[in-house]
Amino acid sequence: MNKLDELEAESIFILREAYCKLGKLGMLWSIGKDSTVLLWLAQKAFFGHVPFPFIHVDTLRKIPAMIEYRDRVAKELGIKLIVHTNWDAVKMGASPALGRLECCRLLKTEGLKQVVKKYGFDGLIVGVRRDEEGSRSKERVFSERNAEDSWDYTNQPPELWNQFKTDFPKGHHIRVHPLLSWTELDIWQYIRRENIPIIDLYFSKNGKRYRSLGCECCTGKIDSDADTLDKIIAELKTTNVGERAGRAQDNEDSYALQKLRREGYM
Amino acid sequence: MSELKIVFVGHVDHGKSTIIGRLLHDTKSLPQGVVDKVQRIADETGKNFEFAYLLDAFAEERQQGITIDMTQIKFSTRAREYLIIDAPGHKEFLKNMISGAANANAAFLVVDAQAGVQEQSRRHAYLLSLLGIKKIFVLVNKMDLVGYSEQRFRTVADDIKIFLASLSVTPEKIIPLSGIAGDNITRRSENFSWYTGGTLIETLDKISDVDEKISATLRLPIQDVYKFDERRIIAGRIESGSLKIGDKIKIFPEGRETFITELAYWQERDKKKSARAGESVGIIVADEFFNKRGEIITLSDDKPPKISNRLRASVFWMGKNFLSVGKSYKLKLATTEVEATVEKIIRTVDAATLVRQENARELKRNDVGEIIFKLKDKIAFDEFGRFQATGRFVLVDGYDVAGGGIVLSAQTAEFEGTIFRNGELSFRAELFDEFYYDVERREFTQVAETENKLYEVGDKIPTNGFSFNYPANFDIILLNAAGFVKIRGAKVDSIGQLEDYVFEKIPLMNGRGFGLKVNSAESFAEFLRRFKAIENVRELADFSNKYFFLNQFRELKFYFDYVI
Repeated sequence: MNKLDELEAESIFILREAYCKLGKLGMLWSIGKDSTVLLWLAQKAFFGHVPFPFIHVDTLRKIPAMIEYRDRVAKELGIKLIVHTNWDAVKMGASPALGRLECCRLLKTEGLKQVVKKYGFDGLIVGVRRDEEGSRSKERVFSERNAEDSWDYTNQPPELWNQFKTDFPKGHHIRVHPLLSWTELDIWQYIRRENIPIIDLYFSKNGKRYRSLGCECCTGKIDSDADTLDKIIAELKTTNVGERAGRAQDNEDSYALQKLRREGYM
Repeated sequence: MSELKIVFVGHVDHGKSTIIGRLLHDTKSLPQGVVDKVQRIADETGKNFEFAYLLDAFAEERQQGITIDMTQIKFSTRAREYLIIDAPGHKEFLKNMISGAANANAAFLVVDAQAGVQEQSRRHAYLLSLLGIKKIFVLVNKMDLVGYSEQRFRTVADDIKIFLASLSVTPEKIIPLSGIAGDNITRRSENFSWYTGGTLIETLDKISDVDEKISATLRLPIQDVYKFDERRIIAGRIESGSLKIGDKIKIFPEGRETFITELAYWQERDKKKSARAGESVGIIVADEFFNKRGEIITLSDDKPPKISNRLRASVFWMGKNFLSVGKSYKLKLATTEVEATVEKIIRTVDAATLVRQENARELKRNDVGEIIFKLKDKIAFDEFGRFQATGRFVLVDGYDVAGGGIVLSAQTAEFEGTIFRNGELSFRAELFDEFYYDVERREFTQVAETENKLYEVGDKIPTNGFSFNYPANFDIILLNAAGFVKIRGAKVDSIGQLEDYVFEKIPLMNGRGFGLKVNSAESFAEFLRRFKAIENVRELADFSNKYFFLNQFRELKFYFDYVI
C-alpha cells in the first residue's frame, strides 16, 4: 500500500467507526477541498449509500461561486443537505466590523452550535487536518465537546490503537476527524488520483488562486499560476507559505483559532 | 512508500520539543507563517525565540513552557517521510504521552546531560517496552551545558543502558547533542571531536522500516455489517494477512466456516478480487450467519485466535480512580467490547522504580499491573506477542478510557484453576473457589485458585474449604461444557460427556459447587431440556433460582481479604 492507500483506509475505518458507535451523525461540508474529499471517502466507506446528512453552515458571506457549486453538487449526488444560517446574528448585523473573531464566533461557531442542538447530533464529522494549524495539530480523532460545545483541550482523553472515545454523557457530542493525518499535499494528490470533481476557485485565474476557502470578506487569494492539479501539487511541494495565510481571522490574534475552537469552532 | 512514525519521549524539560523544533527549523520543514508567528509571540512577550514554540501550539503550553498534549507533525528528508510525535514529559500528562507513543515505529528517549536519568525517563522507557516498540534510541541532550564532556556523556549513557537492560531493551544508538545549539541535529559538530557516530538526521534515515503487518495469517475483525441493498456486507479493516474471492474463511469465536463470494466496492474502478493488510474492505460471504461486530475472520487453514472468557494481561493505568479487584470495566479489543471484571492483580509494578508488589488489591495511576480479567462473554483475541492488533485493548471506566493493556495469554495452564481431565476430555470447574462477603469492600467476592489443579480418574479431591463442605459421594454436572464428573469416596470415579451421563440417586452440584434441585431421572431430563431453552440472562436467572441451591454445600462467610 502506498501512503494515499493507507490514508484512505484509515479514514474509511474512522467513518465506519463513527457510524457504528455514535448515534445521530452528520458531516460538515464546507464546499472546500478537504470536506469534498471527505464526501468522496464517505461514498467509498458505505459503498455509495452514505447513511447520514451533510451540513453546511452558511454565513451568507461565502464566495458566491461556492453556493452555486454546493447546490449543484448536492443535487447531482442526491445527498441530503442541511443548510443552516444563524439568522439572529445576521439580523443583529454580524460582520467583520465587529472584529473578525467575533464575526466568526457569531456566524460560524454559534451557527454550528445551533445546528447540533436543532438536530440533536451525537457525532459531527469534520474535515480538519493536523497540519493546518497549531490547535488542530493537538486534536484527537474522536474529540468530545461538552453540553456547551466547548473543547477541554488541556484534558483530552488517551487515544491509542484506534480505540476512540465512544462513551460520553447525553448532550455532549463527538467531533470526528477522519482527515486528521492528511496533509494539504495528500489531499491534492488524492484528488488527482481519484479524479474528484472540485470547485474551480482553487485554480489560478489571472495569476491568483484561492488556497483555502472561506467567507469572501476574510479570505484572500495567493499569487499563483497553478491552473491544473499537477501545477497545484508542484507548487505545494516548494511553497514556504502557510495554507491559511490568506485567512484574515487567523491573524487577528496569536491564538485566534485556539480561542475559537475552544468555544466550538470546527 | 509510507511514512515512518517516530515519537520523542523523556522527562519534562529535557528538551524534546526543542530538539524537534530545531530539526524542523534546520531542515526548513516549516512554513514561513509558523516561524513568523512564533517570532511575533516571542516579541510580544519579550521572550527569546523558542524552538519548542513551533510545536507547543497552545497558549498554556508556551506560557508555562511545557508540552501538555502531543503534537504530530510531518517532516521529510531526501530519504523518506516522517511523522514526528512530540509527547509530553510531565507525569500529569502521561496519558497524552501514551497516546502519542502507542502507534510509533521507533522512539527517541531524550535525557538531559546535566540532570541525568530521571523518573519520567525510566517510566517512559518502561512504557515503550510494554507498548511493544522495539526500536529505542537515546538522545543525551543539552550537551552544551556540560561543556560537551565525553565523560559526562558516558555516565548518562551507562545509567540509561543499565535501566534499559533491566527491561530487556538494548538501545539502537545513543547520541550526544544539543537542541538549543543545533549540535548533532542536522550537522556534525566540532564540539564532539570524541563522537564518531551519526547525527540525529543521519540516524533517522538509517532506521529500517520493515512492514510488520506482512504476515500470511489473516486477521479481519468485523467492524460492522451493512444491509444497504439486498446484500449483507461485512465491513472491517484487515489487520494482518490477505484474502481473495473464493477463500474459505472461519468466523470466531464460534468458528463457523463459509467462503468469500464478493468484495464490495463503490465505483467500478475500485473493483477488486483480493485485499491485504491495512485495507478497509467489505466482504460478502456465501452463508448468511448472524455476524456481528467484534468477531474475527481468519482463513480456514490459519492458526485460529484464542477463544476465552478469561485473560491475563499487562495493564498500564491512567485513570483517576484506582483499578481494583472485583471492579468491572468495558474492555475494547480491536472491534470487540466486553465487560471485564478484575479477578486478580497478580502484581503491580511502579513504572519508574520497577518496585513490585505481589497480590495487590489496587493499581494506581501511572503504574503497571499484571492482571487476570474475567470476561462476561467469550471473545476471540490473540496474544500480543503474536498479533499486536488483536492482542491489545483499552479499558473504559465510566465514560473515560482509563487503561491500556496487552494480552499475555488466554487463561494459561498456570491460571486455569481446577481441571478434570480424562484423555481428550477436559472440564474446568470452580467448585474449589472460595466465595465470601468482603466486610471492607461490602460485596460478594469469588476468589479463584491461582494454581492449576488437575484431577484425573482415581485422584483424591479436597472436600472441605473455607466456604464449602462436600460429601464423599456426589456428581458434578457441567452444563456449559456438557460434561460430568462422578466423585466416589472423595475420589474421581469417572469423567465423561453429559450425553453419556446416567442419573443415580446421589447429591448433584454444578461446576461452582451449587446444589441441584433434581431428584429423579425424569426431573434431570426436564432440567436439561429447560437449560437448553434458555435464551437470555433473565431466563438464566429464573432457571438458576428454580434449580440451584446456593447454600447446600457452600456457606457464605464474612471475610476481608482472602488469598488462596
